[in-house]
Amino acid sequence: MASLPPGTSPGPGAHPHPAPRHPRLDPLADRYAARTHGMKTSEIRALFSVVSRPEVVSLAGGMPAVTALPLDAVGSMIGELVTGMGAQTLQYGSGQGDPRLRERICDVMALEGITDASPSEVVVTVGSQQGLDLVTRVFCDPGDVILAEGPSYVGALGVFEAAQARVRHVTMDDDGLVPEALEQALLECRAAGDRVKFLYTVPNFHNPAGVTLSEPRRQAVMEIADRYDLLVIEDNPYGLLGFDREPMRALRARDDQRVIYLGSFSKTFSPGLRVGWVLAPLAVREKLVLATEAQVLCPPSLTQYAVARYLDTQPWREQIKLFTELYRERRDATLESLEALMPAGTTWTHPDGGFYVWLKLPHGLDAKLMQPRAVNAHVAYVPGIGFYADGSGREHMRLSYCYPEPDQIREGVRRLARVVEAELELHATFDAVDTGTFRAVRGGTQVPGVDPFVGPANSDRYGDRG
Amino acid sequence: MSEPTTTPAAAPAAAPPDRGDPLRAVVLAGGLTFEREVSLSSGTQVWEELNRVGLDAELRDADADLLPGLAAARADAVFIALHGATGEDGSLRAVLDLAGVPYVGSPAAACRLAWDKPAAKGVVRSAGLTTPDWVALPHSTFRELGAGAVLDLIVARLGLPLMVKPASGGSALGAQKVARVEDLPAAMVSCFAYGDTVLVERFVDGVELALGVVDLGEGPQALPAVEITPESGVFDYTARYTPGLTEYHAPARVPDDVAARAAALAVEVHRVLGLADLSRTDAIVSPDGEVHFLEVNVSPGLTETSMYPMALEAAGHSLGDVLARLLTRRAATAR
Repeated sequence: MASLPPGTSPGPGAHPHPAPRHPRLDPLADRYAARTHGMKTSEIRALFSVVSRPEVVSLAGGMPAVTALPLDAVGSMIGELVTGMGAQTLQYGSGQGDPRLRERICDVMALEGITDASPSEVVVTVGSQQGLDLVTRVFCDPGDVILAEGPSYVGALGVFEAAQARVRHVTMDDDGLVPEALEQALLECRAAGDRVKFLYTVPNFHNPAGVTLSEPRRQAVMEIADRYDLLVIEDNPYGLLGFDREPMRALRARDDQRVIYLGSFSKTFSPGLRVGWVLAPLAVREKLVLATEAQVLCPPSLTQYAVARYLDTQPWREQIKLFTELYRERRDATLESLEALMPAGTTWTHPDGGFYVWLKLPHGLDAKLMQPRAVNAHVAYVPGIGFYADGSGREHMRLSYCYPEPDQIREGVRRLARVVEAELELHATFDAVDTGTFRAVRGGTQVPGVDPFVGPANSDRYGDRG
Repeated sequence: MSEPTTTPAAAPAAAPPDRGDPLRAVVLAGGLTFEREVSLSSGTQVWEELNRVGLDAELRDADADLLPGLAAARADAVFIALHGATGEDGSLRAVLDLAGVPYVGSPAAACRLAWDKPAAKGVVRSAGLTTPDWVALPHSTFRELGAGAVLDLIVARLGLPLMVKPASGGSALGAQKVARVEDLPAAMVSCFAYGDTVLVERFVDGVELALGVVDLGEGPQALPAVEITPESGVFDYTARYTPGLTEYHAPARVPDDVAARAAALAVEVHRVLGLADLSRTDAIVSPDGEVHFLEVNVSPGLTETSMYPMALEAAGHSLGDVLARLLTRRAATAR
């Protein structure tokens, strides 16, 4: 007898009653909500686990360069908030957020032309991510349609999927969302009887595309919104991170009823504090506050006070300049290296702010399938497919230049170029294969005369015998 | 072929080493391979289990700090929970041999053989065991001889469906079943992204088994076979590591004679490849009851969804006790 048959008593020293193991390892497997079925471990996640190692140049993560902050000053500021104001900063706060912070948020939004916002229209959220989740919960039923740029922010797609909304992508180019494509999408949705709940757009230094919606296009998009009674969700975490010019006028500055605006301190100050906000008309604000109370009761008091104190006492505008100078150097290193090293047929966007370059591989290459080769070469990027809800984007990847130093970026792009070249060679070998000419198989599934299931494995027909 | 015997259940946990202190073990996990995440998950589980049974265990990554770190830790023995290259291809073990640090598991040369799946299949077939027909080729062969002509020959000789997988590496990364000839070129492209050599195998349909082997000092012995039934029909990365997507039965629901042949095969594979302490052989039982060897892992997954711990459990062992015994034995041999 080779192994213990079922029911055999384990010997002395063994666990007397090992907990019975569910055959599927999860006794609750049949009880999950339908919307969680997509929550699975993926190979992409596995490949990402090496990104944190210092040997790997990561052009993948969108992590702001927080070490460029005056850490000592921020540290003592936060210390004082606890020692001097612990009764407030360590206590629950209002669901809508600290009133003082909401006032300061209005000052920040004024830099992008939103001068009519009142603190009472602002809801502070745990990053703008929670803001987007609240807005989606408040507006979307399962099956509703959300229009979004193609590609679109991966974190937004996750929120929309959890709400069981359907995403329809709208084409963009170097000037951002294409208004004609938006109108076409609206017409098609109308014809199909789809309920379009809103347009979700990142107009400045788009994640992942790196492009910015031009001024004429802003006007055109808002005209279409008027004509089609379309609600617009303007997600603007990067608007103050332009390299070459003043911030552009926000969509919300053009229409205070039709646009809900999402803002964030993650890129201008610190993502670890998780402070963002929603600016919405009063009726919507009311629902957002009720929704946030059901979710988190109130945003964290300490981090709200920290942001308000930072804006009150630190030179935050100068700090943003410092950030943008740093990011500009890194963008330059990225674009120069791409120009010098990438094989012909590769194209990419030229961002003038923000964190990201959107790269298109030579025809036929697949950024997701190429990823293991990149991991082997110790360089990481995000495959484009993650930024689409419909499975497109295979030829694309997102490169982030915000975190690595310029020298690391140059080395990373060098490695990436070699990976693309090797992948091109591979395609040159296999792409031209015409399997229709194979003698044994004519578009079929099986070789005549050969049992396809159990081979004569002990015969000497084939195989490189050891 | 030696007749495998039933594993004796574990004696009480690790006998403490002579000096009376708990045994100091270093668990290596992480690394820079595709399987880093899986390895961290295995390593964490091993580390927790070893501490639970009373060892003084430390979890470390295999990086540039490893050798000084091992010297400073004055470890009695090392457990390698690294998956993928370095940890499984023998190279790290060769370095540990140089450093005189005892470790649990197979010696470097045996690992190198098992890591090379086509080479291991060759040895296994020479020993008279069954393994699906195969061919292993580097990209350069296809480039130089013409991919169309070579693929045509492969299909003509091996038929369809085929399994296409990297010649080394685990967790089913890069592996796929190809049922239609027109899908073959794309499968080759995605497989070559994982490594320079592709193993193309005749696909065998049947019951998938994971066959654990452990040697607690009395020779290699088979653990109860674990039967794998993925919901989607394909035991890929997602099916392996998402609880709920795959059904496991330990012992496998196969006739006793099939279970006995499977156990004998796993022990023989362990023996002919020169493996030590523990291994996991992956096999398929075809409808005629034949057990086909697919590949063997010298560093089997030890995560919460892995088959080796399930096999130990089915035999009445606990993972922590068994690993502690293996570590204690290696530490004692070194002293």
